[in-house]
Amino acid sequence: MRGILSHAGYLPYRRLDRAGIAAVAGTGGGRGTRTASSYDEDTTTMGVEAARLALRAAPGFSPAALVFSTTRPAYADKTNATAIHAALRLDPGVVAADQCGAVRSAVVSLRGALLSSEAVLVVAADERTGLPGGPDEAGGGDGASALAVGDDTDGPVLAEFLGSASATEEFLDRWRAPGEQRPRVWEERFGEGRYTALGEQAWEAALKRSGLEAGDVAHLIVTGTHTRAVATVARRLAGAAAVADELLTSVGQTGAAHPGLLFASVLDTAPPNRVIALVSLADGADVCFFRTTEALASFVPARPVATQVAGGGPLSYGKFLAWKGLLTVEPPRRPEPARVSASAAARRTPWKFGFVGSRSSDTGDIALPPAVAGAGGPLEDLPMADTQGRVATFTVDRLAYSPSPPVVFAVVDFDGGGRLPVELTDVDPDGIAIGDRVEMTFRRLSSADGIHNYFWKARPVRG
Amino acid sequence: MGSHGIKDRVAIIGMGCTRFAEHFDKGADELLVEAANEAFTSAGLDKDTVDAYWVGTAQSGMSGMTLSKPLELHDKPVTRVENMCATGAEALRQAAYAVASGAYDTAMAIGVEKVKDSGYQGLNAFPIPNDGTPRTLTAAAMFSMVVPAYADKYGVDPAELRRALARIASKNHYNGARNPRAQFRKETSVEQITAMPPVAGVLSVFDCAGVADGSAAAIVCRAEDAGRFTDRPVFVKALSLVAGNGRPLADPAYDYTTFPEIVACAADAYAQAGLTDPRRQLAMAEVHDCFTPTELVLMEDLGFCERGTAWKEVLAGAFDLHGDLPINPDGGLKSFGHPVGASGLRMLFECFVQLRGEAPPERQVDVSRGLALTHNLGGYPGEMVSFVSIVGTDGGR
Repeated sequence: MRGILSHAGYLPYRRLDRAGIAAVAGTGGGRGTRTASSYDEDTTTMGVEAARLALRAAPGFSPAALVFSTTRPAYADKTNATAIHAALRLDPGVVAADQCGAVRSAVVSLRGALLSSEAVLVVAADERTGLPGGPDEAGGGDGASALAVGDDTDGPVLAEFLGSASATEEFLDRWRAPGEQRPRVWEERFGEGRYTALGEQAWEAALKRSGLEAGDVAHLIVTGTHTRAVATVARRLAGAAAVADELLTSVGQTGAAHPGLLFASVLDTAPPNRVIALVSLADGADVCFFRTTEALASFVPARPVATQVAGGGPLSYGKFLAWKGLLTVEPPRRPEPARVSASAAARRTPWKFGFVGSRSSDTGDIALPPAVAGAGGPLEDLPMADTQGRVATFTVDRLAYSPSPPVVFAVVDFDGGGRLPVELTDVDPDGIAIGDRVEMTFRRLSSADGIHNYFWKARPVRG
Repeated sequence: MGSHGIKDRVAIIGMGCTRFAEHFDKGADELLVEAANEAFTSAGLDKDTVDAYWVGTAQSGMSGMTLSKPLELHDKPVTRVENMCATGAEALRQAAYAVASGAYDTAMAIGVEKVKDSGYQGLNAFPIPNDGTPRTLTAAAMFSMVVPAYADKYGVDPAELRRALARIASKNHYNGARNPRAQFRKETSVEQITAMPPVAGVLSVFDCAGVADGSAAAIVCRAEDAGRFTDRPVFVKALSLVAGNGRPLADPAYDYTTFPEIVACAADAYAQAGLTDPRRQLAMAEVHDCFTPTELVLMEDLGFCERGTAWKEVLAGAFDLHGDLPINPDGGLKSFGHPVGASGLRMLFECFVQLRGEAPPERQVDVSRGLALTHNLGGYPGEMVSFVSIVGTDGGR
C-alpha cells in the first residue's frame, strides 16, 4: 500500500485585514484576511517549518528524497531544498531537489513521489501577492505544506493512493517574468473555459484508472489560481462530496503550497475509509485519488491547519507593503550586515541550519553554540530545534540594524538545560514577558551580496 | 597563583589628553601627535628620549606604524595593542611591564580612536567574516537587560531604579560641565533624562556614552628613576586584566546583576595593591560608564558598596564629585564619549591630575587618601574583558 504517511500545513503568524487596503491603495482589498509571511521568512524557511511539523508527527519516517516546490525560490541556480535538508538534519544520502518556478510544480512533485517506489518528503511553499490594490494582493496568501509519501514499510499509511491522471495543455492564463513582483493574467472567461474542460478530462481519466465511480468520492479538494475556474469545476465535479474550504477568506490562495495545505487540512479531520479527490488546476489539470485508512484515526497532527487559521496577529497594510518590498522605508544610519562567509558557515552547518548544540559528556553542560572541540572534555551533538524554553529576561533594541526594527531580544532558558540569548520574532515589542514559553523557528536574518543568512529565532508558543 | 603584580616598581611621570569631541577636522594622526606632545612636555622628555611605545587602538590603525609614522619616530619599537574597550589600559600595562623588566628605561602608552569617519551612527565594529549566527544586538540593548534583572532581584521599584540610573548620568554630566576636555559640557537634570524616549530596553540616549574622537598618553619609568623627571610621580600599585570565557551567557544561573570578570579582576588588583576596603581606601575612581546600569553594577562588583545597595548610595550622593567616594570626577564616558583606544588612558589622566592636586578648583576632589582606581570593560554582560589599575602618590619605599 502506498500513500501519505504524514501531512502538515504551515501558516505564517501575521494576518493582513483586507479592509485596510482600499483606503491606502485607492482600490482593491475586500473582506476577511490573508496570511503574510514575516520580513524574516521566505519560501525556504516556511518550507522548513511545514516539513518540521510533518516529521514531528511521524518521527519514524525516513525519506530517501526531499522535493521542494515554489514559484518564488530564494535562490536561482542554487538549490533551495538543500537548506531545508540541512535544517531537518537529514542524512547526506538523502536527495534534496528543487522543482521550482511554476504553481503546478508542487502537485507534479506529489504525483512523482506517489508513482515512485521511494519514501519522499514533498514540500511546497509560496508567497503570493501583486501590485497594491490588485486582486492578487488581496486574494493571495503565504504558506507552506509538507506531505510524507511512501509505502507501508516506511510507516503507517494514512491515505492510500488509488490513482491519478493529468491533462496538459499549453495556454496562457497567468504568467510572470522571473524576479518581477507583478503577476499578469489573461481575461478570466478564457482560462475558465480551458480549465473546465481540462478538469473534467483529467477527472474522468483518473476515476477510470483508480477503479472508482464519481459517487465514491467523499471529500473533493479543488485548487488553483483561477478562482472562477476552481469554483466552476468544483460545482461540476462535487456531486454528493463535501467540497473542501479553500481557506480564501482567512488565508488566501497560496499558490504552490495550496494543494498540500488543503490536503493536510482535510486529513486533519477526515474519518477513515473515505475517498478524497485532490484536483489541481494549473497549466492543465491534475487529479489524484486517495482513500483514508484506519491508521489516520490514531494520527495526531503536530499543529492542525485549523488551529493555525484560528490564530494569528494583525499586520498593518503599511508594514505589509514594506515587508513585501513594495514600500522602501528609510533604514537606520547603521552599517548593513556583512555577507555570510561560506567557509565559516560550512564549518558550522549543524548549528547554523540545524540548531545543534553540544553537551559535555563529563559535566552535562550544554553549549549553544556548540563548544570548541579540544578545549575541554568530550562533547556530544545535541539537537535543540524542537526543545521549547522560557524567557529569562528580554529587551527591545531600537538602535540595532534590522530589516524591520525594533529588535525584540530575549535570554531563553531551554527545558532540560541550555541557555541562549536570541532574537524573537512573530511578536510585538510590548507582547513579551519574563516567563513566556518560546519555541525555535527557522528564519532568514538578512541578506547581503545576494547571500541569505539563515538561522534560528525564538517565537512565543501559541499552540 | 602566579599573579604577583609590580606594586610601586613603576611610576607615571607625564601625561597628555586631547579634548574628546567629534573632531571632523582631525584624523587619528593629528590626535596622536597632540596627546604625545602634551605627554612629552609633561614629563620633560621628547620622542627620541622615550625608549619604547605602545599604541592602543581598536580599529583606527594597524601595526606600530599607526604611531611611528605621524610622530616620525626613528628606529623605535612600537606595538599596536587591542583589548576591546580596555585597549588604552592594555597599552599602559605593556609599557609598565616593559620598564619594570628593565628592558627599557622610559616607555609611552598612548591610545587613540577616530570613530567619526565612518558616517554611521554609534560605535560599529568591523565584523570578521563569520557564519552569520552571532548576535547583532547593540551593546546598549545587551546592558539594558541588567535593569529589570536588578530591580527584580533586589526588589527595587522600577521608577526608583530609573531615577537612580538618571542620577548617575546627571552626576557625570555635572562633572563633565567642569571639564574643558569633555565632549558634553552641559549639566543635565534627572527630570530631563527620565523624560527621554527609550531606545534600548528602558535606556534612553542619555543613559548611553556618546561617540567621540580623542587621544591620551602616559609616559612611565621605573619608580627609582622617577625623581629625575618629576617631583610628583604617580606610582602604579596594581594592573589587573581578566578576559572572560563567555560561559555566563550560557549559564542559566547567571542573573545579569553582576559582571563576574570585574569581580575577579578587582580581587586581583586589590591583592596586588594590598587594599582591603576600597570604599574607604580610595580617594576616587574612574570606571567604565558605557551605560548607566553598567556604572550601577560596577559600584557593587568593584566592592564600593554592598550588593543591592548601589542604587541607594547613588541617590544619596555617595559617588558625587564631593561625595564619600567620587566616581568619574572628570565626567566619565558619559561626558567624554568613548574613543575606544583612548578611554583607559583618559581615565588615568584624571587620576594623575587629581592625585597631584592639579585639577581645576571646581573639579578637584579630596585626595588625602592618596589612591585612585581606573576600570575598563569591553564586551557585553556574560562575555567581557575587564581591566583595573590602582595608582597612588606614595611610593611605598
